[in-house]
Amino acid sequence: MEITAAEALIQCLEKEEVKIIFGCPGGAILPVYDALYGSSIKHVLVRHEQGAAHAADGYARVTGKVGVCIATSGPGATNLVTGIANAYMDSVPMVVITGQVATTQVGTDAFQEVDITGITIPVTKHNYLVKDPRQLPMIVKKAFHIASTGRPGPVLIDLPRDIASRKIKFKYPKNFALPGYKPTYKGHPSMVQQAARVIMKSERPVIYAGGGVRISGASQELLKLAETISAPVTHTLMGLGCFPGDHPLFLGMLGLHGTRYANLAVTGCDCLIAVGARFDDRVVSKISGFAPTARVIHIDIDPAEIGKNVRTHLPIVGDVKTVLEALLPLLDKKDNAAWFERIEQLKLENPLVYKQERQDVLKPQFVIEKLNQYKPCDAIVVTDVGQHQMWAAQYMRFKEPRCFLSSGGLGAMGFCLPAAVGAGLGAPGRTVILVAGDGGFQMTIQELATAAEQNLPLKIFIINNRKLGMVRQLQEYYHDKRYIAVDFRFNLDFAALGRMYGMEGYTVETPEQLMELLPGILASPVPVMVNCIVSGDENVLPMVLAGTNIDEAVDK
Amino acid sequence: MRHTLTVLVENTPGVLARVAGLFSRRGFNIDSLAVGRTDNPAVSRMTIVVEGDDQVLEQVNKQLHKLIDVIKINDITKDAYVDRELVMIKVYAEAATRSEIMQLVDIFRGRIVDVGRKTLTIEVTGDEGKIDAFENCLRPFGIKELVRTGKIAMLRGLKPGTKNNGYKEEDMV
Ligand SMILES: Cc1ncc(C[n+]2csc(CCOP(=O)(O)OP(=O)(O)O)c2C)c(N)n1
Repeated sequence: MEITAAEALIQCLEKEEVKIIFGCPGGAILPVYDALYGSSIKHVLVRHEQGAAHAADGYARVTGKVGVCIATSGPGATNLVTGIANAYMDSVPMVVITGQVATTQVGTDAFQEVDITGITIPVTKHNYLVKDPRQLPMIVKKAFHIASTGRPGPVLIDLPRDIASRKIKFKYPKNFALPGYKPTYKGHPSMVQQAARVIMKSERPVIYAGGGVRISGASQELLKLAETISAPVTHTLMGLGCFPGDHPLFLGMLGLHGTRYANLAVTGCDCLIAVGARFDDRVVSKISGFAPTARVIHIDIDPAEIGKNVRTHLPIVGDVKTVLEALLPLLDKKDNAAWFERIEQLKLENPLVYKQERQDVLKPQFVIEKLNQYKPCDAIVVTDVGQHQMWAAQYMRFKEPRCFLSSGGLGAMGFCLPAAVGAGLGAPGRTVILVAGDGGFQMTIQELATAAEQNLPLKIFIINNRKLGMVRQLQEYYHDKRYIAVDFRFNLDFAALGRMYGMEGYTVETPEQLMELLPGILASPVPVMVNCIVSGDENVLPMVLAGTNIDEAVDK
Repeated sequence: MRHTLTVLVENTPGVLARVAGLFSRRGFNIDSLAVGRTDNPAVSRMTIVVEGDDQVLEQVNKQLHKLIDVIKINDITKDAYVDRELVMIKVYAEAATRSEIMQLVDIFRGRIVDVGRKTLTIEVTGDEGKIDAFENCLRPFGIKELVRTGKIAMLRGLKPGTKNNGYKEEDMV
C-alpha cells in the first residue's frame, strides 16, 4: 500500500518510539500535521517555536531520549533556531522537522520561504533537505542515528510541502550507510595504559567532569575512579549531578564563578583528568594559568575538542563510560593522604558564603540555598540564564545526573520555562522546580499557557531583582558602574500573572515569608508561582575577572 | 605553512556550503578549493590548500571530520604528489607582439584556444610555480582576463588510503 511521505514520516517517528513531539503548525507543514491526526504520538502545542525546541531539549536532557520538535516553514523555522543552537552547544540529541515551500517554489523567495538548512548548518550536527519522497524514511533513520550517537546533537529535516504529499511505498530501513560518520567509542588501549601510569604516579590528582559523563551514563564509573585514586571531583555547569554533591571528594563547580577551592585544587594539581568536558573559556579563563603544573589527561568522544583550547598531554578519544571501564581495572587503590588533607583545608578556608546583613531582606542566595535544602531528592531543577543560574550551580546539590537542566554553551535566556515543560512531560510525577530571573523568564513567558494546558504542576521561583542582574554585575566590574539598560521600571506582578494562568501565586519579600510557604509549596500537587522579591544589587562571587587566572578570583 | 588536503566527500547538494562555511566560520585561511566528482558518482573529491601551523591544521582536520558528509581526509603536504592547476589567460596581442607571445606559449607548453582581433586566449596547465611564472611573462603585454581552477593533487604511486572507494558503491543511499 502506498502512503504519503508525511504519513511515512509519522510512522518513522513511531518506529523510533517517539512518544511526544513539540510544535506549532502552519501552511507548509500541514500534510505532516494531518498525518499526525489519529497517531499514537502526543503533540504538545507551544505558543512560540523557540518553546518547542527548548521543550524537546528539556525532554531529551531528562529522559536521555531524542527530543523531537516541529514547525512550519519560514518564521516557524527561524523561531526554532535559538533552541537548535542551544541543543547543539550542550550536545542534546534532537530531531527537528520543518516544513518547506514546495520544491517548485524553492529558491524563488516564495511566501514563508527561508533556507533553513543553510541557516542551521553551523548549529546542527547535520541537516537534510528532502528532495525525493522515497528518501524520507532513510533520512529519518539516519537523523535519529546521528542525533543520538557519538557526541549527540540536533539534526534537522526540511520537508517541502509537495514532497510531503507524494505517495511512496513505505518500509522503514534497518540498515543504512554513513561512510563519513564513525564515532570512536573505545579508547586507544595504549593511551589508556599510559593514562593509568600517569594517574598512579600522581600525588595531587583532580578530576574535572563535564556533561559527557551524564550523556554517556558514566556516573558510577566516575565515582569508582574518584574513590579508587582518592581524587577530588570538580564539575562544569553541564556536569552538575554527575558526582554526588554530598561526597567528601566533591569540589563543586570550577571556573568563572566556581568555588575557590575547586579553582585552587585545579591550579595546584599535578594530574588533571578531564572527563567529557571541553575546556570552555568560562572554565579555563587565562589559558596559561590553567592547571599549570598538571599532566592533562583528556577523555572525550569528540576528537575536535582535544587540544582545541588547552594543551593535552594524554588524549583519549572515546565514550567516557567505555574508556573509564577500561581504565578502572588498571588502577590500584591509593589515598594521596597529604593532598586530601590539603583539599579539606582549602574547603574550610574558602567556603561559599554570602552576607545576610538584615533579617528582613530576602537574598537570592538564601532562596536558592533553601530550595536546595527542601527539594525532594528526585526533584528536577531547571534554571534560566543569569546570576540566579550561577547561584543555583553553586548552591544546588544533586545525587544523580539529569536532575539539573541549564543552558550552558549558548547561555540562552528564555530556556527555563519551555525546558521545564519538556522535563515535566518527560518525567511525570517528579517535582519540577524552576529557578528563573525576572528578565529571562519574560523571554518565553507565553509558555505558561502550554504548561497549564498540560496540567504540569511546575514550581516556579522568580528570583526577582527587577533587573538584568548579571549584566548589571558586568557593568559594575567592567564599566565603572555606568548602568545602562539593566533596570526594569515596570513592576510585573508575577504572582498575579501566575494566578491568571491557573496557578497559585505568592509574593515573598522576607526570609520568614519564604520559609513559611516553602515546604507547603514543594509538597503541593498544583502549579505554583512564587515571586521572590530579592535584594537588587547582589553579585555572584567568587568571580574570575577577564584575563586573570582562575585562582585569582575576587571575592568582592 | 601551506598544506594540501585531499578530501573525499559524499556528493550531496549541501556539501560544498558545509565545507566552505566551516573554513570561514572557524577562521581558517583557505588558499584554494577545487572540487569535482570521482570515478564513483556518489563521491566528490576536494583539493583544499590551507594556510596554518600544525595546531590549526589539526583543528581543520578534526572539524572537517565532524561533517557527516566528509568521508576521508588526507594531508599530503609532506608526501610525494603531483599537482596541477589550469589557467586561462586572455592577453592583448597586437600584430607586433603576437609572435613573441606565441613563442612563450610554446615554451610553457600551453595552447592557444581562441584568437580574437586584438587578443589571444591561452590555456596552460602545470604546478603553481609554472603558472605564476607564465602569468608574469604575459603581464607586460597586458592581461585582459585570467581564470585559474585552483590546485588539484594526487599522491604518486600506489599508496593505500587514497583510492575513492574505501567502501562499496551500493553502500551509498
Ligand atoms: C537571549 C539572551 N539575551 C541576552 C543575554 C545576555 N544576558 C545574560 S544574563 C542577562 C541578565 C539576565 O537577567 P535575569 O533574567 O533577570 O536574571 P538575573 O541575572 O537577574 O538573575 C542577560 C541580559 C542572554 N544571555 N540571552
